[in-house]
Amino acid sequence: MKSQLRPDPPKWASRILEWYCNEDILEDLQGDINEFYYRNVENKGSRKAKFIYFLDVIKFFRPYAIQKPKIKESMDQFTMFNNYFKTSFRNIIHNKLFSSINIVGLAISMSVGLLLIAFITELFSFDTFHEKAERIYRVTNTYHELNRDPDLYASTSVKAGKRLQESVTGIEKVVLIRRNFSGDVTNGDDIIPIRGLWASEEFFNVFSFKLIKGNPENALRELNSLVLTEASAIKLFGKEEAFGKTVSINQEEYTITGIVEDVPKNSHMRFEVLCSFVTKDNQEAGNDYWLKWENMWSNYVYILLPEDHNVNEVQENMDRISQEENANLEHNKITMGLLPLLDILPGENMNNKMGVSMDLNIVWVLTVLSFVVIISACFNYTNLSISRSLRRSLEVGIRKVIGASRLHILFQFITEAVIISLISLVFSFFFFIILRTQFIGIDPKISRIVTLDLTPQLLLYFLGMAIMVGIVAGFFPAVFFSKVNAIKVLKDTSSFKLFGHVSIRKTLMVLQYTLSLAFIVAASITYKQYKFALSFDLGYKTENILNIPLEGNKPDILVNELARLPEVEKISKSIMITSIGDYWAARGKYNNPLDSALVYFNIVDENYLPIHQHQFLAGSNFVRGSENEEADNNQIIVNEALLKRFEIESPSKAIGEILKLDGKENVIVGVLNDFHYGRIDNKIKSFAYRFDPKEPDYLNLKINTTDFLTTITKIEKIWKKIDKVHPLRAKFYDQSIKDAYDEYSSMVKIAGFLAFLAISIASIGLLGMVIFATESRLKEISIRKVMGAGEINLVYLLGRGFIILLFISAVIAIPITHYFFENVMFKDLAYKANIGAVELFSGALVVMIIALFTIGVETVKVSRANPAKTLRNE
Amino acid sequence: MKGTNIGEFEELILLTIAGLSSKAYSVAIVDELDKLIRRKAKLGVVHAVLNRLEKKGFIASTLGESTSERGGKRKRFYQLTTSGKSTLIKAKEQREKLWEVIPRVVFSEIR
Repeated sequence: MKSQLRPDPPKWASRILEWYCNEDILEDLQGDINEFYYRNVENKGSRKAKFIYFLDVIKFFRPYAIQKPKIKESMDQFTMFNNYFKTSFRNIIHNKLFSSINIVGLAISMSVGLLLIAFITELFSFDTFHEKAERIYRVTNTYHELNRDPDLYASTSVKAGKRLQESVTGIEKVVLIRRNFSGDVTNGDDIIPIRGLWASEEFFNVFSFKLIKGNPENALRELNSLVLTEASAIKLFGKEEAFGKTVSINQEEYTITGIVEDVPKNSHMRFEVLCSFVTKDNQEAGNDYWLKWENMWSNYVYILLPEDHNVNEVQENMDRISQEENANLEHNKITMGLLPLLDILPGENMNNKMGVSMDLNIVWVLTVLSFVVIISACFNYTNLSISRSLRRSLEVGIRKVIGASRLHILFQFITEAVIISLISLVFSFFFFIILRTQFIGIDPKISRIVTLDLTPQLLLYFLGMAIMVGIVAGFFPAVFFSKVNAIKVLKDTSSFKLFGHVSIRKTLMVLQYTLSLAFIVAASITYKQYKFALSFDLGYKTENILNIPLEGNKPDILVNELARLPEVEKISKSIMITSIGDYWAARGKYNNPLDSALVYFNIVDENYLPIHQHQFLAGSNFVRGSENEEADNNQIIVNEALLKRFEIESPSKAIGEILKLDGKENVIVGVLNDFHYGRIDNKIKSFAYRFDPKEPDYLNLKINTTDFLTTITKIEKIWKKIDKVHPLRAKFYDQSIKDAYDEYSSMVKIAGFLAFLAISIASIGLLGMVIFATESRLKEISIRKVMGAGEINLVYLLGRGFIILLFISAVIAIPITHYFFENVMFKDLAYKANIGAVELFSGALVVMIIALFTIGVETVKVSRANPAKTLRNE
Repeated sequence: MKGTNIGEFEELILLTIAGLSSKAYSVAIVDELDKLIRRKAKLGVVHAVLNRLEKKGFIASTLGESTSERGGKRKRFYQLTTSGKSTLIKAKEQREKLWEVIPRVVFSEIR
């Protein structure tokens, strides 16, 4: 201890003493306990000395040492607070216009804030119900393919899970999960489809889903064990006891070994049923690929780490395993990573996610947007408060003369703002209730994730936000008024600069309008892109084509039945629907065995291409009916881009050439004009239509009718005859395409709504400013009028300043928004709509017109007033 | 007069201050009590008593120079006032008077 300088006594303890101790004896006391402290450091060591020091501080807390509490002063504070309340309320009531503008503005903007708070609170509550949530991690995979950016996957391989189970120290438990368990449960005569997950036996030891019946230790241990949720148990068995029953799924017997509470809404994982993982393991026993390291597309591994876990150590072990396994791979590399359970939702965007998800970036964007709208309403408050400064500064002057300090004034004005924001909160709460349904309805995805139900905690947050908004809105005026020089104001009001801080008010207004314009331009650009995507010429026709997913039914009977309908012109079959964001792909090879490329494909029958009116460059449609079915199925029809990729010189030369897809040889029988098989975000690459009329997943019906409703009903009738289990999920092709671009329409809705809010707020703010500006110039106007100024002159005089500000806003907002969309938002889109003057300026024009109207109404009113009336009172 | 009567501990402290003459400050008083009559007094208690005595007017205090042993804080030195001195003398006289009338027999067993 002696090697160093003496350690000082603990500052914080000393501060406690300073806080309560009477000033007269403070130094004395402090000196004494310091002396003892240094003595104790020598004798007993610094640790103990510090403790004794602290005890001494506590012991000195005696009546004689304590500062006289400032009772009188705090009483003053209290009465003053009362007074602030009273004057604030009087002010609010006295200035009805000012108050209502502020309350409406704040209420509108705060409702967006409330929505956001509710949304975020709910998102961050995800998966917190798991008791061991802090210790649960998901194993993620990073997939590196040569020359490509690595992709992050939420899924991993069964192999990875098994290796972690066997060999890694520092892991308490491992759960393997596989998605897409589905089957039709036969229970007596009923057939009920059910979906869920495969999960290994540790599932209930790691996650806190509560088992109502069954043993969490072994519910998922045996082959063919099922754990149902309460809801699905009722769905399958009604009121009967489900536990212990056996059911048959796809001709196999399963035992129900557990009933679990329904999955909470705030779980990223969703299931109706869990099936023991060993069942799947067993089914795949003969499949080599099942346990391959690169089979990482549908399996999920969650690990539970012990209390005193070391994530780095586990990660190092996983890196070692990855390295060993990657030694067997040729062209790619897969590495494992760890993602804490609580960072899954909201979290980074990943491929192959399970259950529900919410991109953290979207949360950020929404936060920023709501923040912007709220700030805009705060600007209104600030602007209007300062522009009324003349009247208020007299009051402040008197308060100061009576003895108010700067702090008091500051406090008073902030109180006033908080009162306004609390009143707004009441209104915004009702807006919130309305908005909530709208918000949930924007996108079906949102309703799957959140309910936005009210909780006491949420209400507390709401209150907190209202107070924060009040403080932010009131801060600037408060500082401004607290600086008021009492003598100057009271001696001569005219010497007080009425529009002090003009530049600040102007800046705030320009900012407000810039934001409004930016929102509206954003909305119209997105809308244009959305329309562009919908009306995009795909290179084939989708009009009046109805796609029916077969749900596993054999196509032939259905085709026969449907073909009899007079409205159905033609029927084709395919395994997927193109142009809506789904892709199937295979490795393609041409002459050069070393050169391979990804070839996207769809498998169709001979009617598909004619129905969709594809344009042939060479060759012809698939031919069916030769004796050799094998040979039939080797036909493929490719697109132009594929020829370019494999350097085949011309379409006619391509006919008859052999193209290998995943090792299978195919003969090119036709070449098509390039068309958009994907979403228009992506460039057209190699694509092939393969031929196989036997096992399609979809029927494509070309419908020719004006009465779609009856046709659909007729189709439904036929469907019900063939499939009693699944409902008909037929969808028109155009509708599917529209749904595929839902995100744009969501964006349009959100940006449009925010634009509407921002414009409303800015407009009422502007209205307030104009009213105060014109009222304070009433006499000037009257005199001008007496001198012979015309109405138009006066309107111009009054409105000029504001109009200039609007133009500045437009000049800032439009190019920035345009740039942002071209270079950030839509940067990666392969096909972009041309943004023209219409999109850029029409919105701005609307805002301008609203603003001009606002200015016009008020200025015309003033300029029409009878000057005699105004001037007579002087 | 009530104010002129002092308690036992107050008396001890007054006596210690007298004994320390010009070097009497809180910590020194605590140390002296420990050294001379083996009485472990708590600093807080001593402070409270000093404070009370000063209020009663038996002692007066002056601030000394700041020293590093107290972390730069000054010591508060105490001195007996005239009233303090006379109170002590009075207390001593009272006691002696009482002692004088005690018959020797009373203490014969322990002497």
